[in-house]
Amino acid sequence: MTMFKHLWLAAIAALLAAPAMAQEAPGLDDKINQAFADFTGPFVSFIFAPFPGTGFPWIVGWLVVAATVFTLYFAFVQLRFFGHAISLVKGDYSDPNDAGEVSHFQALATALSGTVGLGNIAGVAVAVGIGGPGATFWMIVAGLLGMASKFTECTLGVKYRNEYEDGTVSGGPMYYMSKGFDELGLPGGKILAVLFSIFCILGALGGGNMFQANQAHQQIAGITGDYPGWITGLVFAGIVFAVIVGGLKSIARVTEKVVPFMGVMYVAAALVIIIMNADQIGWAFGQIFAGAFTGLGVAGGMVGALIQGFRRAAFSNEAGVGSAAIAHSAVRTKEPITEGFVSLLEPFIDTVVICTMTALVIIITQQLIVDPETGKYMLNEAGNAIATVDGNSGVSLTSAAFGSAFNWFPYVLAIAVVLFAFSTMISWSYYGLKAWTYLFGEGHTKELVFKVIFCIFVVIGAAANLGPVIDFSDAAIFAMAVVNVFALYFLMKVVREELASYASRLKSGEIRKFEH
Amino acid sequence: MTTKIVIGLDGTETGERAIAFAKDLASRIGTCELLVVYVIEWSPFTFQTPEENALRHKRREEEVELATNRIVTPAVEALTADGYTVHGIVRHGDVAETLNAITVENGGTQIIVGRASADGFKKRLFGSSTQNLVMHADVPVTVVN
Repeated sequence: MTMFKHLWLAAIAALLAAPAMAQEAPGLDDKINQAFADFTGPFVSFIFAPFPGTGFPWIVGWLVVAATVFTLYFAFVQLRFFGHAISLVKGDYSDPNDAGEVSHFQALATALSGTVGLGNIAGVAVAVGIGGPGATFWMIVAGLLGMASKFTECTLGVKYRNEYEDGTVSGGPMYYMSKGFDELGLPGGKILAVLFSIFCILGALGGGNMFQANQAHQQIAGITGDYPGWITGLVFAGIVFAVIVGGLKSIARVTEKVVPFMGVMYVAAALVIIIMNADQIGWAFGQIFAGAFTGLGVAGGMVGALIQGFRRAAFSNEAGVGSAAIAHSAVRTKEPITEGFVSLLEPFIDTVVICTMTALVIIITQQLIVDPETGKYMLNEAGNAIATVDGNSGVSLTSAAFGSAFNWFPYVLAIAVVLFAFSTMISWSYYGLKAWTYLFGEGHTKELVFKVIFCIFVVIGAAANLGPVIDFSDAAIFAMAVVNVFALYFLMKVVREELASYASRLKSGEIRKFEH
Repeated sequence: MTTKIVIGLDGTETGERAIAFAKDLASRIGTCELLVVYVIEWSPFTFQTPEENALRHKRREEEVELATNRIVTPAVEALTADGYTVHGIVRHGDVAETLNAITVENGGTQIIVGRASADGFKKRLFGSSTQNLVMHADVPVTVVN
């Protein structure tokens, strides 16, 4: 463990030093980025490698296959218990004597604020921009399947969490890997848990931090004009520091309240635009279905639409990654499986509702150019994406689509992106911290070390152009999924026993609603 | 049959007046049981950070302990010393709803509360807990000025 600790600290130091040096000596930028890319390249290439002869990344296949297996294994739990999940969130089954504990609603909202973000706004635009409207169909399919993955991991997260004497809790994949494997008499649980924790820390510092800081800066700079990223970084780091180290809960509370409001406003604006173009709804869905199976001329045809849809859903709702299992473990319930039911709403809200809204607005406002003669989509000059009205892609495509109906919306969207980025950072600082304390143990100083490192990475993320580092961080998040899904295959029978027991007690009336 | 009177406390001096009124009423009724209740304002539909969620159970225990030690236990002890049969309850929730629910659960026949202290904008928008209690309670409510 000591050897491992040294290696790990050296890796952190290397990560810290590389971009910092790049900032101090701009001439070295390319060399350092290149050195880092060379060092991490094989890992990144491995995670995002396509199946031979296709552009389909195997990691996306890994997540979709897992989601399908869990859907079949639990006999479409996401459909059978959807209504029950909503009842649980409403508090119908909550014992009034437990009032004051973390409610199902709170656990769901906290987990959602970690996943709803850039993936829903920029990611969908990329998917529809490349894969065409048909990508939306496959995105919805993947979102619906992903609900079963979330159900499995979050049930286990609560079942195997650690409850300490002082009343605090720690849970997540690292705990169900080590405790669950021990319980079943399987070897290797601890190794998986350590691997998962390492990837989780890297993912938290990268995708959950640097990438968010970087994108938030891009949004602010897009409105105010360009200025050095380290300024945004320092401000963000200061706020994050005040929240996670200083315990300044008021800022976190304001964000946690504003983010759901922004999410609702985003969906409401999308609905208004869709209703304003009500006559085109039928046409838009026609495009989505036709595109899903024919491609309608997009690059890669039907397979292209499928890849983009699946990929975006997997990247957006994190089903199978294991992060949500950490967030959901805090809920206090006598039945771990109830948290699994609640968590299956997460990919539904994130992907099936919010991502679909983004896609529909882009399609319905006709941002994608159709060839009037053939009725198929025209490709851009590079031939790698559909031509758009102003040549937009990514977040600017979503912004243009909403802006075509409300000219003030791009400003609101920019604020939303910044707030989403901030709330994602707060969530991931916690996920990373839990992985960190799993490896190094709980304790004020140990936790402080991670929190300070996290804040330093906010500045680096906002300041530097760190393509290779961000690639590496994204790869780390998906590496979490490799380890997590592997463990879930071994532990899913535990969830099935819980499900059978709960379902029979629900049917017999032993578990019933409380009168409120 | 024993009459059960519920006294809702809010940690301010209006609670003292509610207790005084309940004592007077109880001595007139004769066979009477008192239930001292303190509700910690809490909603299951607020938004929290992951860290707040992890610490929630601990905070809840601390809140219940504080309310019990500072408000409910002193009131119960004082009333017991005066010869009344008294129980105390501390629970989280919406003040009006929870006070009513506890009363119904325990077979209370009426609720006595002190007039709510002013609470600015929120009170104007949503009404005070006392107003909500008076409007929606299942048993008679006495508001002591």
